[in-house]
Amino acid sequence: MWLALGTAAVVLLALLWEIARPRLRRELADRRSAAAARRQASAQSGYDPGRERRAEQRARSLLRSCVDGEAWEMYRDLGFLRVWGGLGDRAQGASYAYLVYPHKPIVAYLPQTGELLNEYCVAFPDQSKPFGSTRLPDSDDVLAKWMALSADERHLIAEANMHLPGRQIDPERVRRDLLRLARWEREREAHAVDRLPAA
Amino acid sequence: MRLLRLKPGHGEIVLAEGDVEVPEQERELIEAFRRELDAGMWAAVPTETSGGRREAEYVKSFADVPRDADRVIFFPRAAGGAHGNSR
Repeated sequence: MWLALGTAAVVLLALLWEIARPRLRRELADRRSAAAARRQASAQSGYDPGRERRAEQRARSLLRSCVDGEAWEMYRDLGFLRVWGGLGDRAQGASYAYLVYPHKPIVAYLPQTGELLNEYCVAFPDQSKPFGSTRLPDSDDVLAKWMALSADERHLIAEANMHLPGRQIDPERVRRDLLRLARWEREREAHAVDRLPAA
Repeated sequence: MRLLRLKPGHGEIVLAEGDVEVPEQERELIEAFRRELDAGMWAAVPTETSGGRREAEYVKSFADVPRDADRVIFFPRAAGGAHGNSR
């Protein structure tokens, strides 16, 4: 009896395999063509995540070498830079400042009140499109904005499209970022005091 | 002195490198500088004030570049960005 049952099971499995085989073959072929299509699309767009990562690492090193230590740490920790307006800093009486985000508008605000003034939408498109893209790595975009603001604030602002706050960046997000910045500065100052030698 | 250019998908590339006190190398730097300006790039030199503050200044000709600058950074000129909502 066991022999009969075993034989029946083997026959059943063989039948099932015969029925399922064409479908499995079709699915396998579909998956292969989908993967090939994905590879082709990726090659056409020139997008390579490894290359983009390496580009961003280079860009971060360059940014770090150009801005001062506090600005670099701010960008590293918070993901944006604050640039004082009017080519000054707070100690020199700057009455407004900018938040510089990668590939987002520059946001002008009043540091005393946190009031958001404007968004300045500006980009640095490289029309030669190396690797099929006009878009600089994130940190290079921030560096370009920083250099342009630092070198000729008025010119950059004149080139930008000006909008009221909230056009592209959620004002709540900017307010949260200003709170994060204030907390970050307090902690940085506290650490600086801790590092002072005891009298 | 090194002439660098910010490039999509790569980060900065070195366009030219040389000593401005060596005439032949200076000539190569000047040629590379002109090529980039002709291609529509902006050029800036990162600087540091006597108070230690980091800044950048635009240069529109090689003669504007401080002789002791160690690099000039070229980047695409600014254009008004997207009008759309990308929140």
